[in-house]
Amino acid sequence: MEVPILKQGRYLIATIQAALSDEDLQQLRRTLLERVIQFRSRGVIVDVTSLDVMDSFATRTLRDITYMIRLRGADTVIVGIQPEVAFAMVQLGLTLEGVATALDLEEGLAHLEQRARNSS
Amino acid sequence: MANKKPADVPQPPSTQSTELLRELVAHLREHRTQLREEWASSITEAQLLTAMTKDEIFAEATSVYDNYVEALATGTFEALQTYSRNLSERIIPRGVETHEVVGIVLLLRDVLARSLFAKYQGDFTKLNRILDAYEPAANRIANTVAVGFVQERERVIRQQQEAIRELSTPVLQVRERLLILPIIGVIDPQRARQLTEQLLRGIRTNRAKVVVIDITGVAAMDATVANHLVQTVEASRLLGATVIVTGLSPEIAQTIVNIGVDLGKMNTVGDLQGGIEQAERLLGYKVIPVSEGATAA
Repeated sequence: MEVPILKQGRYLIATIQAALSDEDLQQLRRTLLERVIQFRSRGVIVDVTSLDVMDSFATRTLRDITYMIRLRGADTVIVGIQPEVAFAMVQLGLTLEGVATALDLEEGLAHLEQRARNSS
Repeated sequence: MANKKPADVPQPPSTQSTELLRELVAHLREHRTQLREEWASSITEAQLLTAMTKDEIFAEATSVYDNYVEALATGTFEALQTYSRNLSERIIPRGVETHEVVGIVLLLRDVLARSLFAKYQGDFTKLNRILDAYEPAANRIANTVAVGFVQERERVIRQQQEAIRELSTPVLQVRERLLILPIIGVIDPQRARQLTEQLLRGIRTNRAKVVVIDITGVAAMDATVANHLVQTVEASRLLGATVIVTGLSPEIAQTIVNIGVDLGKMNTVGDLQGGIEQAERLLGYKVIPVSEGATAA
C-alpha cells in the first residue's frame, strides 16, 4: 500500500493510513527522500495517527528517515502517536531518540515553522 | 454447608416441627417485652455496641427481636437479610465491629434458649424437641445477620478504595497547554500505570505542550516505579509534550541514579514553582508584575 505524500508549500506531509509492511516502509523512505530533493523541501511531517501499533522495524525506519532527511538539511516531525502506542513503544525500548515528535499535524507544522524561524 | 445461602427457601419442615416452631413463636411473642429487655441489658453488660447510646441499643434490639421472631415464624430470611443490611449501613460508619454484631446475635440466641429452658424445664422430651426446631433456625439467623454485616462492610471498603483511586490522580491544566500532575502518597505499580494513562490521555485532550509532574508528596519509590516514571516521561515526549519533574526527594534521586537512568532525557527542577516558571519559559510566557507592566506600557 502506497503512502500518499502531499506537498504543502515548502513542507511535505506523508500520512500513513494503515499498518505498513516492511516493504511499504522502505518504499516510503525512498519516495520521501526523492521528493525532499525534488521539491527542495524544508521540512517533512509523517502522520501516524491511524496506526494502533508501531513495531521495532517501523520505529527504526522512521528514525532512519529522519536522520537521512536531516542530512539533506531538512527537519522531520513524527505526529499523531496515540497514547497507548506511545507507552507500548517506550516499554519496548523504542523511544525514537533524536526524532522530533508532535501531537498532531497542526503542532507539527508549528514546530517546523519555528525551526525555520530560528535558523533564518 | 446448609447455611451457605441464607436466601434460599428452606426445605419445608415436617408438620410436627412446624407446630413446635409455631408454639415457640407464640411463646416469644408473648414474652416480647421481658425477653427484649433481658437481651438489651445483657448487651450492655457484655459491653457490646459501646458506640451507641442505651436508647439506640434498645430501639435496634426491638427491631432485631421482631425481625428475628418473624424469620422464625415464616421460615423466610429475605426480610431479615434486608434489615441486617440496613442495620449494617447505619452502624458501620459509627465504628461497630464485626465481633459486636456477631456477639449480640449470639446473645439473643442464648437469651431465648434460656427462656425455653425455663418454660419447659418440667418436660425434657418436649424441651429437646423444641430445641431441635429452634437451634437450626436460630443458627441460620445468626449466620444471615453476620454475613450481611460483613458483606456490607466489604462493600463500603471497596467503595472507599475506588474513591481514593479516583481522587489520587488529578491532571490539572494551569495555563493554555500546560498541565500539572501532582502526585501524593505511595505509588504502587497499579497506580503508576493509571497515572500514565491519565497523563497521556490528558496531554491529548488538553493539547498540552508542557507537563509538570510534581512528586514532592512522594516519600520514596522503588526501582520499578521509578522506571515507570521515566517511561512516562519518554511516552509523553512521543506525544510531543515536554515533561518537567519537580520535587524529587533525596531518596528518589538516589533510586533514579541507582537504576542508571539517562538524566539527559529527564528534565528536572527543584520545586514546583521553579518547574512552572521553566514551563512558562518553554511556552513563551513572561510573567511581569502589574506595576512594572504599567510603567513599561
